[in-house]
Amino acid sequence: MHDLGGLQGFGLVEIEEDEPVFHADWERRAYRLSIAAMLAGHLNGRFRHAIERMDPAWYLASAYYEHWLTATATGLVEGGLVTQHELDERLGSPFPLARPIRAPRLDEPGRSVDSHKYAIGDRVRVREWHPIGHTRAPRYVQGKHGMVSRLDGVFSLPDVEYHCDQRRLEPTYSVRFEAEDVWGAPGDPVYVDVWESYLEPGRLSDDG
Amino acid sequence: MGEIHHHPMPTTSVEDRVAALEALLVEKGILDAEAIDAVVEHYEHVVGPMNGAKVVARAWVDDAYRDRLLADGTAAISELGFSGQEGDHMVVLENTPEVHNAVVCTLCSCYPWPVLGLPPNWYKSPPYRSRMVREPRVVLEEMGCIVPGECEIRVWDSSAEVRYLVLPMRPAGSEELSEDELAGLVTRDSMIGVARL
Repeated sequence: MHDLGGLQGFGLVEIEEDEPVFHADWERRAYRLSIAAMLAGHLNGRFRHAIERMDPAWYLASAYYEHWLTATATGLVEGGLVTQHELDERLGSPFPLARPIRAPRLDEPGRSVDSHKYAIGDRVRVREWHPIGHTRAPRYVQGKHGMVSRLDGVFSLPDVEYHCDQRRLEPTYSVRFEAEDVWGAPGDPVYVDVWESYLEPGRLSDDG
Repeated sequence: MGEIHHHPMPTTSVEDRVAALEALLVEKGILDAEAIDAVVEHYEHVVGPMNGAKVVARAWVDDAYRDRLLADGTAAISELGFSGQEGDHMVVLENTPEVHNAVVCTLCSCYPWPVLGLPPNWYKSPPYRSRMVREPRVVLEEMGCIVPGECEIRVWDSSAEVRYLVLPMRPAGSEELSEDELAGLVTRDSMIGVARL
């Protein structure tokens, strides 16, 4: 439920005046235990994807730090550091976790790449790419044409890192998409940051 | 290992679940609460938008700094002592009369912690994340941020490793103010790009 860009049905952005960093003590404690597990390296390649595997209704209805709590508990169970039984025993009732990982485990990470294939100004298209599992290619730009606007660093491809014991490094980009090309209506442009694997050569905007 | 519970909606309170996991992690030595409290304190009280405001004010009074900031945000921001987690790859976006920049994270809640602190709830909320890329001008107007029609709004979805800081335009009539006074004018929302100064 996390891939929200462009989804319709939501209303006004509700702003809280003088918002505190944490709204309740449990939020601070959820943040603290999650940071502790992260700093100890227990959630590598698990945390974000665990949030993404929360039931959609639960995800939308729950507070942000409940996502963190759930992802941390889920990641620690999946990493073998705590068991579901231990959580249930402590809580005195079944401890709810995110849904299980469904993507197959990758044996090989694929070849790392250290130099950019595309240049600033190149037309590119985001691949239609919907395998089960984690990705950072937002759905609203998949299949859409854009233009490379900035070359960024070489980073681990999350699609691989979350499902493999090894990492695959790839160049990243910022790509500019015109509103016409994304939504089919005039409007302001959006820039999306992507890994090179998400891209393929695109056509010129005049090609129709 | 037993059955794993994936309930669509939990029936226990989140407070009870935090307490249960916390107790278990302390018992297992995974959580040293006192040690981690320093980290939490840091993000709750030490780091915040006042850091970003210092960066913006410096850029307004020092053209050479502004050039460095736009060329290499991470390095220029660290000159003022701000760096760390969620701030290792900073890009600074300069507002001009022709371009207004605004930042969103449609997939989660990516945010430049060292310069802005932890994100407010609205930034992490489904309405902002879903609508900001599709109808930014409408969302900004609803938030009280009126961008002139001839000014392009550029929305930046921080979906990879870069974190963004918007450099707002220096307000008219601020020529006499000191750098510290200028920093006092800079709001968190203006550095996300949902407000203009």
